[in-house]
Amino acid sequence: MKILIVDDFSTMRRIIKNLLRDLGYVNTDEADDGNTALPMLQSTSFDFLITDWNMPGMTGIDLLKAVRADGKLVNLPVLMVTAEAKREQIIEAAQAGVNGYVVKPFTAAALKEKIEKIFDRVDA
Amino acid sequence: MLSTSDGDNTQGNLVQQAKALVTQLEEGNSTGALDTINELYQKRDFGLYQEIGKLTRNIHEAIRDFEVDITIPTTEDESGSRMADASDRLNYVIKLTENAANKTMDMVEDTIPISKELGDTATKLKADWQRLIRRELSGEEFRNLYKEMNGFLEFTADKTSNIDSNLSAILLAQDYQDLTGQVIKRVIALVTNVQSNLLDMVEAASKVERIVGIDHGIDESKPAVADIVAEGPAVNADEREDVVKNQDEVDDLLSSLGF
Repeated sequence: MKILIVDDFSTMRRIIKNLLRDLGYVNTDEADDGNTALPMLQSTSFDFLITDWNMPGMTGIDLLKAVRADGKLVNLPVLMVTAEAKREQIIEAAQAGVNGYVVKPFTAAALKEKIEKIFDRVDA
Repeated sequence: MLSTSDGDNTQGNLVQQAKALVTQLEEGNSTGALDTINELYQKRDFGLYQEIGKLTRNIHEAIRDFEVDITIPTTEDESGSRMADASDRLNYVIKLTENAANKTMDMVEDTIPISKELGDTATKLKADWQRLIRRELSGEEFRNLYKEMNGFLEFTADKTSNIDSNLSAILLAQDYQDLTGQVIKRVIALVTNVQSNLLDMVEAASKVERIVGIDHGIDESKPAVADIVAEGPAVNADEREDVVKNQDEVDDLLSSLGF
């Protein structure tokens, strides 16, 4: 299970990385925006993408759209972990094909629940 | 619309000239009448220029105050503007909060393995200890337990002081809250000040525009369809209808969409 964490703040990447490690996912990589993340996703085989929304360069929502538009990545599970809390944004993310949406600030339990739910669904 | 100080005088002149104009027209003196009309035009233009000049001065003053406000040096750096200073201060906030977060995570990452090892060893020793109580240990096993117990106590004594110092460091790392709070308050004061100066300028500028009849043709109505733009954390989520307040509301919204 290889997971890519995309957030422009290194501290947030570190927090998510630590939480993932606690959940048993130790194989993670990081990117600081969509422009960096997309080539990584295309060149390496990732099983899961966790991305922020608001980032300089390419935003998380644009990354999500790019992922869904890429034949090889179209089925990659994507969890959005973001401070963006407008209803229309959540709806847009859902329409763009996000698999889960966690608003910051979040708890370890919330992140765990969403990740497990996504994997249950992917495995099913 | 003409200034009041010269108003009475101007008014008197206007009445005089208007009467002259009527007389000239009645007498068929069209050349004279045209001259009078020209003079009237000039008077009007002159008043207009005076008024614009006054308002322009107001704008200049507002701009000057604005510049003074943003160029008062607040540090030893005489050339630094307050705007640049505000940016520096906010960057300082980012730096402090980032450092505090990293420091805290360093300490946590350092502590977790210690606590895990303490727990794991205690669990193993507890099992052996239960066997000792049930008198199930051989002499060899007892000697091992004796040694392991000694090692565990030494490890515990040694490592708990590590945990203590890590926890103290985490506590101290929270001092950023005080420091950043002070900095942010200063920036808020500056922004409020800039906002009020900008409003003064806009007000003076709009008076000029009204007098000279400039119409920018700005459409006040909001655009019908706006692109969704990321806006960061909703700081007043409780007062807003368009944002979710917590994860439960996100989940409700998503499930209403069939998730």
